[in-house]
Amino acid sequence: MDPVRSSVKETPSEIKMKTSKKKRVLTKDHMLAIGFLTPSLILIAVFVYGFIGWTGYVSVSNWNSLVPDFSFAGFENYVYLFQDFRFQADLRNTLFFTIMFILAVIVVGILLAIMLDQKIRQESLFRNIFFFPMALSFVVTGVVWQWLLNPSTGVNLFLSKIGLDSKWYTDTTIIPGVEWGKIEFGIPVALIAVVIAAVWQMTGFSVAMYLAGLRGIPEEVREAARMDGASEFQVYWKVILPLLRPITVSVVIIMAHISLKIFDLIYAMTGPGANYVTDVPGVYMYETTFRGNYYANGAAIAIIMLLSVAIFIVPYLISSRKGES
Amino acid sequence: MALRSITRPLLYILLIAISLFYLMPVYVMLVTSLKPLDEITLAEMWKIPTSIDFSSYSVAFSKLAPNLMNSFYLVIPATILSALLGSLNGYVLSKWQFKGSNALFTAILFGMFIPYQSILIPLIQFLREIGLYNTIAGLVFVHVVYGLPITTLMFRNFYASIPVSMLESAKIDGAGFLGIFRHIMIPLSITGFVVVGIWQFTNIWNEFLFAVTITTSDQQPVMVALQNLSGSQIVQWNVQMAGALLAALPTLLVYIFLGKFFVRGLLAGSVKG
Repeated sequence: MDPVRSSVKETPSEIKMKTSKKKRVLTKDHMLAIGFLTPSLILIAVFVYGFIGWTGYVSVSNWNSLVPDFSFAGFENYVYLFQDFRFQADLRNTLFFTIMFILAVIVVGILLAIMLDQKIRQESLFRNIFFFPMALSFVVTGVVWQWLLNPSTGVNLFLSKIGLDSKWYTDTTIIPGVEWGKIEFGIPVALIAVVIAAVWQMTGFSVAMYLAGLRGIPEEVREAARMDGASEFQVYWKVILPLLRPITVSVVIIMAHISLKIFDLIYAMTGPGANYVTDVPGVYMYETTFRGNYYANGAAIAIIMLLSVAIFIVPYLISSRKGES
Repeated sequence: MALRSITRPLLYILLIAISLFYLMPVYVMLVTSLKPLDEITLAEMWKIPTSIDFSSYSVAFSKLAPNLMNSFYLVIPATILSALLGSLNGYVLSKWQFKGSNALFTAILFGMFIPYQSILIPLIQFLREIGLYNTIAGLVFVHVVYGLPITTLMFRNFYASIPVSMLESAKIDGAGFLGIFRHIMIPLSITGFVVVGIWQFTNIWNEFLFAVTITTSDQQPVMVALQNLSGSQIVQWNVQMAGALLAALPTLLVYIFLGKFFVRGLLAGSVKG
């Protein structure tokens, strides 16, 4: 179940084709094929790799006003960011948002998938209910949940009746709030509201993945475990869950990259928040670049975001390529 | 089995409870959007409106209509173009592999994971340069380019399941690269086009970062306009919710009628085809 690995298998005739190809140069059709691929390759080369390079170049320049200034600044912008209160808060928020978000998506995803896999009635109805938020925009989700979790309303009316009053995304508490650099380090309570909205929107993905995985495990595997005297719980904990590990890897990678670059949900729902309790690099990058005209700072944030995503994605892509050949 | 008879009802109760949680935002959206503004006190958010009032929809629609049209002008050409390019690339990368083609494919795939912030500054400079900044055509171009990795991936995995023997016999009949594409691959990939089309339609419709940075005011797609609704002075929650529903309606309808294909696309983007 490796995500990007495809199932290109070579049939005998294809292998023959390849060996006969070696004797002569590429056929005319093969040249044509490469010719048709070339425009896309050029687009990717320029607009992905070239532009990343260009952003990297901007990030070490002095372009922090409306007028482009490409004089070399060294790592000044990066140094500035890592000493900046707002960026330090962003790093903390991204860390805890990512952890809470991924954990919730995985746990809820597995549980819902297992529940749906019990040959229940109306399965497709339940599936559709869990999946439909994925068809929505993060902006729509943000707008709706901003209203739902509005501190003076909604969910809170119920919660305050049982003595649980929460300020949701306006809460500035950090738990435990240890002094660290310029910020208080810990879990910002306000982020939990955003995590709830994000999980509501994205669990459909992990449910779909795990459900596909569960359906791919032959019934005999469960039967064999039951024959060995395993309880129903043990069957899942000791047999099924380990078999689902490759899916968990994929879910973690996909969710991590979504979480590390998240922008629209937070921008629409809470914005940076008081004391930047719900701010993330994506929001900071947008505001500092396009509102503040600090292009070099914005570029530096973007490069840091890219690196954080690349740490997950590059090994993942390389390993899935290797698995194929 | 005895355990099952106890856990079964519990299972349904749990599933229904979780379903209600998932549907709660839709319920609140609906009841809020149908209330007149003076009935929207925070304390009464959960209550069903005493009288149904569609005025918030007409207000939201009159504000969002031009942007809804922008979104359609953006999404339709961008979806068609990126699906066509993706199918060509997928065809080449699955059926006409050459030395290094797998490495190139990996290099293309990387493009679908990058945070777009990391290409945004040069992209905007470039679009200004060629006069496509603040145009829908510019956004179409951007979505076609950055849609290439995912559409290529989906089609490549899709075409991998078409047996090579079919191509071989077509070659014997004298069909070339384009002949095979037109007469074998395209007819066999109608489902592939539906899956990719729905995927791109949904993603481009819902996209926000490019939309908010590349276009201003009257060129903006609906998601930016929706976001701007909440930025205005006093938040009219009924109009806001009506607007959110209107903006979400096209992708919701696609999901309701073609949900199967949407989920297939979802899995195709991350699981082998």
